[in-house]
Amino acid sequence: MKAADLALDGNAAAGILHAVYGAEMTLAVGTCDACASAGPVGRVRLYRSAGLVLRCPHCDAVLMKIVTAGERVWIDSRGLRTLELAAG
Amino acid sequence: MAGAAVLGRLGWRTATIADVKPETSRVKTIVFDVPGWPGHRAGQHVDVRLTADDGYQAERSYSIAAPADDERVELTVENVDDGEVSPYLTEEARAGDELEIRGPVGGYFVWDADHPGRVLLAGGGSGIVPLMAMIRQRGQVPTTLLYSARTLEDVIYREELEHLQRDGLDVVLTLTRSQPEGWTGHSRRVDTDLLAEVAPPPDGRPVAFVCGPTPFVEAVALALVELGHDPGLVKTERFGPTGT
Repeated sequence: MKAADLALDGNAAAGILHAVYGAEMTLAVGTCDACASAGPVGRVRLYRSAGLVLRCPHCDAVLMKIVTAGERVWIDSRGLRTLELAAG
Repeated sequence: MAGAAVLGRLGWRTATIADVKPETSRVKTIVFDVPGWPGHRAGQHVDVRLTADDGYQAERSYSIAAPADDERVELTVENVDDGEVSPYLTEEARAGDELEIRGPVGGYFVWDADHPGRVLLAGGGSGIVPLMAMIRQRGQVPTTLLYSARTLEDVIYREELEHLQRDGLDVVLTLTRSQPEGWTGHSRRVDTDLLAEVAPPPDGRPVAFVCGPTPFVEAVALALVELGHDPGLVKTERFGPTGT
């Protein structure tokens, strides 16, 4: 089995992202800061380890890291240039 | 776009198990009562959180198996050997147990009843689960289900699918590991040739929902695009060995 076979997709982060951003995020369009490709969050690759790591499906760059511990959550979204979603 | 943004933080709700139904030797359907449940759309999922006596928490995402039905939520769960949540759900969960659910979530892999034309549902293993929620509420939409399982015993919802097939649902089963005596159906992994044979043709612009383990999803999605299907109409959801 290849490492990529272990990948899930952004749909698996729908719950935590909705909890944090207060909106359904799998249809939000993210743009990768590394390669500038854009697509819905539901389609990115997701790896589960101590936290969730979301990677660009085109260039494999890390888009977001999400770590939950107890009632706190840390989000590193340096790899996302923009996130576009419905305003209201 | 399907699904308006829902403002407001999404919190955990207490869910009580109402029923546990065996599906196969490794798969069970768990029916929850969730007070205040807002309803859901076919294809959406929930996060399930378990808390141990020492405070350790584990959460996993599971697809909802049935259309909205008041405060009822049905999940069909496959036991993952070294999983943190599925062994409890498939081996220990009993009616009356309480746990926490967050949802419904997901807007990307959801059934849109407004889409004209045919629908192709392609499921590998427990990837059938969200597709079953779609099948159960499909109404008059002409639908083809292509379902890949290892053996006949691994086919989830087998009896119900046989009924649905008699009622006109186009069901194509492929058994990839072993086949019963006299099996006349397909017995190979889903590939371009099989899709060319059974999938609705691309010129009718069918929408496709593909769900299963990552290698299955990638192979099917690629093959559909090769056959001329619009990539924008091929919706995918990957189920991993860790339970989603």
